Amino acid sequence: MKNSILTITDLKKIYHDKNGETLAIDGIDLDVQDKEFISIVGPSGCGKSTLLSILANLEKQSNGTIIKNDNLRIGYMLQSDSLFPWRTVLDNCLLGLEINKNLNDTNKERVIDLLKAYGLYEFKDKYPRNLSGGMRQRVALIRTLALDPDILLLDEPFSALDYQTRLSLADDVSNIIKKEKKTVIMVTHDLAEAISLSDKIVVLTKRPAKVKSIYTIDIDKNMSPTKKRRTEKFNSYYDKIWKEIDKNV
Amino acid sequence: MYSDEHKEFLRKIKLRKYSVILVQILVLIIFLVIWELLSKYEIINTFLFSSPSKVFKTIIDLFNSNDLINHIGVTLYETIVSFFVASILGLLIASILWWNKFIYEVVDPYLTVLNSLPKVALGPLIIIWVGATTKSIIIMALLISTFISIINIYNGFISVDNNYLLLMKSMNSRKIQVFYKLIIPSNIGNIINAFKINISMSLIGVIMGELLVSKSGLGYLIMYGSQVFNINLTITSAFILGILSYLMYFLINKLYMFIEKKQN
Repeated sequence: MKNSILTITDLKKIYHDKNGETLAIDGIDLDVQDKEFISIVGPSGCGKSTLLSILANLEKQSNGTIIKNDNLRIGYMLQSDSLFPWRTVLDNCLLGLEINKNLNDTNKERVIDLLKAYGLYEFKDKYPRNLSGGMRQRVALIRTLALDPDILLLDEPFSALDYQTRLSLADDVSNIIKKEKKTVIMVTHDLAEAISLSDKIVVLTKRPAKVKSIYTIDIDKNMSPTKKRRTEKFNSYYDKIWKEIDKNV
Repeated sequence: MYSDEHKEFLRKIKLRKYSVILVQILVLIIFLVIWELLSKYEIINTFLFSSPSKVFKTIIDLFNSNDLINHIGVTLYETIVSFFVASILGLLIASILWWNKFIYEVVDPYLTVLNSLPKVALGPLIIIWVGATTKSIIIMALLISTFISIINIYNGFISVDNNYLLLMKSMNSRKIQVFYKLIIPSNIGNIINAFKINISMSLIGVIMGELLVSKSGLGYLIMYGSQVFNINLTITSAFILGILSYLMYFLINKLYMFIEKKQN
């Protein structure tokens, strides 16, 4: 039984500047199922992030339709944690609720529970500069989750971190997202990351971006991303998709 | 507890700090002593170059005749009024320019011209239009400090990290929320820095104005002293002015450090 919460049809994006126009996305069709983890990979500069910012309402598409439920809440997480240095960890997490005038005791309690659940409660009154990169990114995730989004858009969420931290944070995030039962669309240039986290991988062509192929990843969902990386299937997916991307460069 | 090495390290830092202060004071004393000696043995003309003892005596005389406090008060009052008006105007106009990019683009060249124009050139005009009063002095100071204030604060506003703006936008933030939840808090340091420059600029403007038109204030004393060839008075006033400007700068710097500390 299919249950799509977001359907993209023939999405196009043209960028305009004084020197002319650039076709960044040339007709993308994509169907997003509820509770699905989708990764979008493709050669760098292909328009992955553009797609995400259109979904996040940060930019307007030039053409095409995005069908979604009117009440669908979207949470967007950037590559940089973008925590405000003048706000404490807790206040950073409450920012979205403040902006949407939704800050009440119940919601605040929920954010505090999230902080507790993911090992950040004791840092709630600290300022971001006291936290490590991995912790800051987790705070940024909780800030996104605070608005209780139905769908999370992650734009290279781990790429600013060192390798060690990336691996353990990927485990954490996968854990958090499974528990909170969220739908995710993640853009990444790290194929291994994509395979170890996702249910589905969308490979884009080089610019202008089209969908080149879609892979369904069938590795035991109960495994953590780091464990998945050690399986046979992981390697075979990696080889297959790697070749697919490579041809485009 | 710290290790002995660390204690030694701290002791050295302290020693260094005290040595600097000591030498600073010594330099001042040596300068004053040489100046005094040179005038005492009439190597320099005291009529032109005065002497520390005469400056000191002038301060006492001025103080006893109640003039000193009065003149300092006038200059201080004018500076503070210009400072506050220029700061509020700077903040307000910078905010408007941030809010409406179109207005900024229209105003930009005018702002640049007005900022680079030597405002003292407008002095005679101001006197004709406003009259030789305190008002014209304050207007002079405002001309000097407001434009630079607008430019500095505005530049801070637009250099806010683009990721922060994206974040606010992704949370469906309204523009007014972006302003008071992001632009203002991320610019506190920058705004106070602009105020810091403002206080110096206001003082420069006030003294310039006083040189041109006034009947009281330190600028007036300097001008008056030179006109009646009372060099003691001119040097004394300049000396007091130096102390005054240092004190004002010191105060705003303390405020700056206080807020910086609170923010971090």
